[in-house]
Amino acid sequence: MSALETPTTMSDAPQGSPPRARAAAGRPPGERSLAASPSTWFVWAGMAAFLVFLLGIIVAVVVDSFGRQWFDTWLPLEWTTEWYASSWDRFDLTHVVGVTVGVALAVVVLSVLIGVPAAYLLARRNFPGKRLVNVLFLLPILMPPITFGIPLATVMYSFGLGRSVIAVILVNLVPSVPFVILTMTPFIEQINPAIESAARMCGAGMRQVFTRILAPLLVPGILAASILVLVRTVGMFELTFLVSGPQSDTLVVAIYRAMTSAGGGEARQLVSAMAVMYTATMLVMLVAALRFVNPTQLVAQVKEARDD
Amino acid sequence: MTAVADRPARSTASLRHRLAERGVDSSLWLMVPALVFALALFVYPFSYGIGLTFQPSVATQEQWGGGILANYVAFFRDPFVFDSIWITMRLALPAALFNVLASIPVAMVLRRRFRFKRFMTSVLVLPITLGTVLTAQGLLIFAGRQGWLNRFLIATGLVDQPVQLVNNYTGVMFSLIITGFPFAFLLVSSYLSGIDPSLDSAARTLGAGWWQRFRRITLPLLAPGLATTFILTFVLAFSVFPSARLVGDAMGSTRVMSLMAFRAFGEQNDYAMASTIALMMGVVELIVVAVVLAWRSLLYKGSTGGKG
Repeated sequence: MSALETPTTMSDAPQGSPPRARAAAGRPPGERSLAASPSTWFVWAGMAAFLVFLLGIIVAVVVDSFGRQWFDTWLPLEWTTEWYASSWDRFDLTHVVGVTVGVALAVVVLSVLIGVPAAYLLARRNFPGKRLVNVLFLLPILMPPITFGIPLATVMYSFGLGRSVIAVILVNLVPSVPFVILTMTPFIEQINPAIESAARMCGAGMRQVFTRILAPLLVPGILAASILVLVRTVGMFELTFLVSGPQSDTLVVAIYRAMTSAGGGEARQLVSAMAVMYTATMLVMLVAALRFVNPTQLVAQVKEARDD
Repeated sequence: MTAVADRPARSTASLRHRLAERGVDSSLWLMVPALVFALALFVYPFSYGIGLTFQPSVATQEQWGGGILANYVAFFRDPFVFDSIWITMRLALPAALFNVLASIPVAMVLRRRFRFKRFMTSVLVLPITLGTVLTAQGLLIFAGRQGWLNRFLIATGLVDQPVQLVNNYTGVMFSLIITGFPFAFLLVSSYLSGIDPSLDSAARTLGAGWWQRFRRITLPLLAPGLATTFILTFVLAFSVFPSARLVGDAMGSTRVMSLMAFRAFGEQNDYAMASTIALMMGVVELIVVAVVLAWRSLLYKGSTGGKG
């Protein structure tokens, strides 16, 4: 399905080359540009406004994190880098970053291990109850995280797992596994089933088909899914916040706690420094992700898988 | 799988083969980890949570009455909790609608070929990595009373004194647009790329103007995709939590449902009430999603594109 669809997506046919537009007899030449021009400018103005806001937000945080005595002026009066060192110590970021990286990697590995085989079956086979299974894997993505997060956190606490790193990992798996399944299904559909059949004919068992045939072919898809899950997990606030404690906070939750801690929160610059470090990490991951996946295409494929 | 059909075996193999014909064979084991995961981390906690809503705390029972339904009585009778539905809707619906409608023209403009296309797409997608917490910090600094935005507005003489843009409804709205728009844009542009451009060219050949082509060709094909985008953007905006607390007015105009659920969970330790609010949150969201889906089912969903 998606394999068939790809050429259409890729072709991106040129929109009305000028010669043909002129050849349309009877129409005033250049009709298109006249009609579309004001609206196009309007759209560009809107985009510019959005970008100004975006840039303002990012730059404001960066400037704040390097500045001292920034009150009623355009820029801070002094510049310093000490906020980074002090926020690193103040919030014990060595520990926080360690937890964040550990949780993210564990979630990625587990959700790939659980999700890819399931995605394979959902992409290739028909079996009784397939629709039900599909719905089951769709629900955690469609529901507000808080809706299943609060009962889940309650269960975690009643099992004595509350505020532990294990709970943070488990909670983050809930939206990640369905996400891996949704992302991987189109990748698996693109592999020619004849290759698997050939391997079977040559006497390969299910496990060999998986390790020798599918896994190598799926490496790009697995990489894409892993990076997306990594970004999502590092950025996931609601679920982590519900079960984490001082010893198991990830970076986002630590920033939130610093912003809302009793007594008006920590010094703003400390939070800004932490936020800059967070964004830099996310940015690196996004750039890596964009190297492996074309976002527009990916969503289209995910969408098709979702509709089945 | 097909060759098996004409073999009249009646041994134990027969059952296995007949099952295999229906798609039940040993490879279904691949689904087991994912199913175990879904049952243990999603189905069980969720049903547990539903059960919990019928076990109100003694305090709730005494205050609101209603026996095992005390939590629901409290939810519907307590205006402080119940009004949070409208507060959430007043934020999430306009934000989702704006994000979807604004991404149509942007996606159409960015669909044409121009020099910085890939760069522009990446920049528009960038805020996905920022996450709500950083966006909140940035908004507080950028749009705060002494921020650049207010300084600019005063410097240009548009306003006399700083405008209150954060710690209220506007602040949360900004944050929802900044984090939600890139997502809507990604989806809409992928739906748009699924529409065959030759349809547009054909309409142009027949003399259709810019507005006619959009109204009669693009919009009907895009509408199902727009409905899906609206749903997914709405889900994101509906579960707004950190920004409602950080850039909003947490006890006033942005007292959203997720905040109320977390208040019951984290601050009052009333897990039953928290589960009730969380569950009602899911119900309210599902109602909106169902309405949009019902409308979507009336739309044209042919093979000509739109991928809705």
